[in-house]
Amino acid sequence: MSKTIVCDGNEAAAWGVVKARPDMVAVYPITPQSSLAEYISQFVADGLIEADLMDVEGEHSVLSVLQGACLAGARTFTATCGQGLAFMFEPYFRTPPLRLPIVMSLVTRDGISPQCVWGGQQDAMTVREVGWIQMYCETNQEILDTIIMAYKIAEHRDVMLPTNVCHDGNYQSYGVEQVEIPDQGDVDAFLGEKNTNWHVALDPDRPMGVDPLTGGAAASGASLFVRYRKGTCKGMQNALRVIAEVHEEWGRKIGRHYSPLVEEYRLDDADYAIVTIGGMTGAGKDAVDMAREAGEKVGLIKVKTFRPYPLQAMLQAVSKVKAVGIVDRSVSFGWNAGPVYQEVLSTLYHRKERIPAVSFIGGLAGADITEDHFSQIIETTARTLRDEIPEGPIWINE
Amino acid sequence: MYEIRFHGRGGQGAVMASKILAKALAEEGKFVKSIPSFGFERRGAPVSAFLRFDEKYIRKITNIYHPDCIVCLDPTLPRAVDIFEGMNSNGAWIQATKKSAEQFDIPKTVSKLGLCDGFGIAMEIIGRPITNTIMLGVLAKTTGIVSLDSLNKGMESIAFRDAALEKNMEAVRRGYEETAVHEVN
Repeated sequence: MSKTIVCDGNEAAAWGVVKARPDMVAVYPITPQSSLAEYISQFVADGLIEADLMDVEGEHSVLSVLQGACLAGARTFTATCGQGLAFMFEPYFRTPPLRLPIVMSLVTRDGISPQCVWGGQQDAMTVREVGWIQMYCETNQEILDTIIMAYKIAEHRDVMLPTNVCHDGNYQSYGVEQVEIPDQGDVDAFLGEKNTNWHVALDPDRPMGVDPLTGGAAASGASLFVRYRKGTCKGMQNALRVIAEVHEEWGRKIGRHYSPLVEEYRLDDADYAIVTIGGMTGAGKDAVDMAREAGEKVGLIKVKTFRPYPLQAMLQAVSKVKAVGIVDRSVSFGWNAGPVYQEVLSTLYHRKERIPAVSFIGGLAGADITEDHFSQIIETTARTLRDEIPEGPIWINE
Repeated sequence: MYEIRFHGRGGQGAVMASKILAKALAEEGKFVKSIPSFGFERRGAPVSAFLRFDEKYIRKITNIYHPDCIVCLDPTLPRAVDIFEGMNSNGAWIQATKKSAEQFDIPKTVSKLGLCDGFGIAMEIIGRPITNTIMLGVLAKTTGIVSLDSLNKGMESIAFRDAALEKNMEAVRRGYEETAVHEVN
C-alpha cells in the first residue's frame, strides 16, 4: 500500500532509498545533507533498509567503498554536497569511466569561500563535466520518485553510469510538504532485477582487469583510452532516451508523470520564456501565472535533466519563443554568467534566427528567489523583445 | 492561502512547531508547505519558520514576507526583532507572555490576539522554557485553524528530545485552555 506522509526533502530522498532496496550504503554527514544521512542510518537501524551501512572517515572513503561494493555486485547509495563533494572528487571522477551505476543525492550547497553552509547549486554545477548523470527536482515527491527512477536509469544496460539526484539545500532539504510513499510491490515490479556488475566486476569466478593502465603515445594505449572516453559519452547520450523511457514507465505504472528532460509550462503560445532549475521553479510558475493574468505571453522552461544535456528537448522548447531569461542558482566564473545560461546559448546556436537571452543569478548561499524576483525577471526578459537588452549577468539578491 | 510566521529563539522549537502544524493541517486535508529560515543557528538567537496552507497544492518554496498570523514563542523577542514586519491586515498574533493585552502596543494589522504564559506552563510540564507545543494550543484556540485532535496526531511521528509525546500533548491542551483571546482593532 502506498501512504502519504508530511516530510522534508531529505526524508523524502531517504524513503526513495528504502523503496529501491540498496545492498550497501556509506554516508558521511555534511550540512545540509546531514539529516538525509541520519534518516538513512535510522532506517537501516530500524530494518527498513536491509543494507550494510558503513560509517567511514570521510567522503573520499564513502565513494571508494561504494565503488568496491558496486564492483562486487551491490546496489549502492550515498549522499553528499559542497565541501564533502569536493573531498570526494578523486573517486567521483573515476566512477563514470568505470561505468558504475551508483546513485547519489546531491543536496546542493554553495561553494566556500567565503564561509557559508547554505544552499546553492555551485557544487553540482562545478562537477557538470565529470560524466555523472544529473537530474534536478522541483518537489519533495519528485525527489523520492527520481531516486527510485535513478536506479533504473543508471543500471540500464545502454547507460551504466552513476547518477546524481539533486535537490536544493535548505529550501528543499528542510522544506516540508506532503509526499506519497509508493507501494513496495509496485516499486519492485517497476525496478526489476538489479544490474550492477555484469560488465566490470571484482569477482573471483570471473577474473578480469579493472581500471587498466591506458593511454600514452603507443597506439594501443591511446586507442584504448579513446574507447573508454567514447563509451562514457555514448552511455550519456543513450541516457537521454532511457531517462525519457523510465519516466514514461513510472507515470504509467505508478501514476505520477514528470517531464523527463525539460518541462514546458504555458509555452505553446508564449512570446518569451524564463528558464529555471530545481526548487526555484514553483515560485517561477506562480509568477508566470500572475504575468499571464496581466496579459503577458510568457512561459517557463524547467530543466530536469542537466547531464546529459537535453539538446533536442531544450531546442524544441526555446524554438517556441522570441526571448529567454535564464535563472541560475550558481556562477560560471569563466563566463561571468550562469552555467545554465551558457548551455541555453549553446542550444540557441542550433536555431537559424538569433534571439535575446539574459543571464540572471540568484538564490546563492541560501538566499530566496521570490515571486517578486521572478516578476522582475519576466519584465526584464519582456523588454528584450523591444531591443532593451541589459548587460548581464543580473545579480538578483544584490 | 493562509501564511504563518513563527518567531522564537534557537532551542525553543520554532522549526519543529511549524513542522507539527504542517502535519496537523495535512490531517485535516489541507495542502501544506513549511520551511525554516536560514540564519546562524545557535541557542538563544532569534529564529523563524514559515508555514503556508491552502485547499490546493502550493508550488512556491519561499520565505513568508506578508504573514496572516504571527506566532511568537518568546516573551522578550518582540523587543529584539520586528515580529510584525510585513504583516497582513486582519491578522492574528499569538504571543507567549505573562502580560495582559492592555500592556501591549498592538499594531493596527492585528485583529485577533492570543496571550498565554507559555514560559510558566513549560516550566511546570517540561522544566525548561520550551514553549513550542504550548503555543500551538494557543494558536488553535485563538484562530480555530486547526483542532487539538489534529495537533495531537501531528505530534505522533515527531521525535521529541526534551519531553515525551504525552507531555507535549498536555502542553498543547494547557496552551489551548489557558489562553486569553482578544478581538482587537
